[in-house]
Amino acid sequence: MADMENGVISPEELPKAQSRTKAFIKKFLKRKAAVISLVFILFILFMGIFAPYIVPYDAATPDYTALLQGPSPEHWWGTDEFGRDVFSRLMVGTRLSVFTALAAVTIGTVIGAVLGLLAGYYGGIIESVVMRGADILFAFPDILLAIAVVAIIGPGVINVVIAVAVFTVPSVARLARSATLTEKEALYVEVARSLGCRDRRILWVHIFPGAVQSLIVNFTMRIGTAILAAASLSFLGFGANVTEPEWGSMLSQGRNYLVTAPHIVLFPGVLIFLTVLAFNLLGDGLRDTLDPKIK
Amino acid sequence: MARYCVKRILSAIPLLLVVSFLVFMYIHMLPGDPVRLQLGMQATQDQVDLLREEMGLNDPLLVQYVDYMKGIFTGDLGESTRNGASVIDTIAPRFGPTIMLTICSIVWAVLIGTVIGIVSAVNRGKLTDYFGMVVAICGISAPSFWLGLMLMQLFSVQLGLLPTSGLGSWQSYILPSLTMGAGVMAILARFTRSSMLENLQEDYVRTARAKGLGEYFVIMRHAFRNSLIQVVTVTGLQIGGLLSGSVMVETVFSINGLGRLLVDSINSRDYKVVQALLLFFAVEYIVVNLIVDLLYGVLDPKIRYS
Repeated sequence: MADMENGVISPEELPKAQSRTKAFIKKFLKRKAAVISLVFILFILFMGIFAPYIVPYDAATPDYTALLQGPSPEHWWGTDEFGRDVFSRLMVGTRLSVFTALAAVTIGTVIGAVLGLLAGYYGGIIESVVMRGADILFAFPDILLAIAVVAIIGPGVINVVIAVAVFTVPSVARLARSATLTEKEALYVEVARSLGCRDRRILWVHIFPGAVQSLIVNFTMRIGTAILAAASLSFLGFGANVTEPEWGSMLSQGRNYLVTAPHIVLFPGVLIFLTVLAFNLLGDGLRDTLDPKIK
Repeated sequence: MARYCVKRILSAIPLLLVVSFLVFMYIHMLPGDPVRLQLGMQATQDQVDLLREEMGLNDPLLVQYVDYMKGIFTGDLGESTRNGASVIDTIAPRFGPTIMLTICSIVWAVLIGTVIGIVSAVNRGKLTDYFGMVVAICGISAPSFWLGLMLMQLFSVQLGLLPTSGLGSWQSYILPSLTMGAGVMAILARFTRSSMLENLQEDYVRTARAKGLGEYFVIMRHAFRNSLIQVVTVTGLQIGGLLSGSVMVETVFSINGLGRLLVDSINSRDYKVVQALLLFFAVEYIVVNLIVDLLYGVLDPKIRYS
């Protein structure tokens, strides 16, 4: 107390500073929709890795005694035209459907972010080339660009990854560039430069962390779009092989049985819908959490 | 204004040229020989050489491109390898269904989307707002092909109210256009809501209320009129993408439009038709975006003079 009277505060009396991570988690947990979405996504990712070992039935083995059965205690989501368990196939299919989208968006984001950062930081010819390139890719609507790429390189899972990555690149590049342009003007970048930091250090250590927040939000939102695009391509027959368990191609196969066994179409669609919804809500939640203006 | 329009139109020309070049290169980017693809593996070397010369594939790339561009302006886009008819004759009858479907989708998506947006914004934080936004986020997240199949199952198979496939009577447009417009409706609802929320807090809205205007006039004449710019922009941008969205919907509902033709042509390796459709979709997207930009200038004086 004596210190207080002298105007000096002891360290114990200082208000506890909250770490940024703790503050972030506290703010994020307030957003219930985002938290539920995160839990659902973690479940889906878990299934993507472990489903083949834990699902009740083998995803590929037909059972001709149980064709096109509706949901029952034995087969929770029914069986398909070969008597295969729809629930098991969908869970195993997570690997192809979600991981394809994850891989595509990751590749697209890394390429787009590097191009956008370089374009924003160096300007000039690099910026012109990258941004005009993005404009050209933007001239094709997303799904059309993906179809065009697959039409050139042929169908298949790897090619779907490439196709979806290609249409992710331009939007990420634009975002990274605009974030870089803002960060470039910041005082700490000016200080780093006057201290003699090299371009590479300024770009990756000082500017990149400033752009990373918006990139993460965009990444999350883009996964939803990518899952839809990959499922659409498979639905059209340009993606995974029809014999493989993949959400889009299962839906495509199931539509022949819409009248007699609508559950074959219902469940894959619900799963795609919920997964995309979860990624969109998580993206919304992350954006709101990272926005300092929103309490 | 005229200067702004001319500047904007001129800036689209290089983009159109590059896109046309990319689409032209499409046939050259395909793995394998385009002549062999057309004639099949049984064709003799003489036949291959002859067709190669006829197709102008021995000319330098730039000459081929100029010929291709000439073809576009004279309506000669080559022949379909599937049925031998000219590409123009193959594509022309497919325009009608796709355009009609796009117009129907846009009309209902704009009507319902803006109404949901306005009602949600006015009732911010209430149950109506919550419900409206749940509808919107569901519309964005639902795969269109699944939504189409589910609507078909409910209204055509179960209730027997509407036809399952094809286009003919006005009833046959309902399900495909609902499916096609769902995403746009959802996006518009979200944009209208956020734009209305901003405008409703502006001073001129307070002034309008203070001078005793009815709530309907305050919302529609003052706040919504200012949101209109964003609504027009978003709608325009969505129309561009919507035409290519017809690929999914036309496949689900077995409609003989451009989208389905694209899928069929890719599957049957009818590359000339694929090339023409890609060009059409890309040019349409650029032109629609250009029109939106020009409209934007008309609606918002700040843009035109900057």
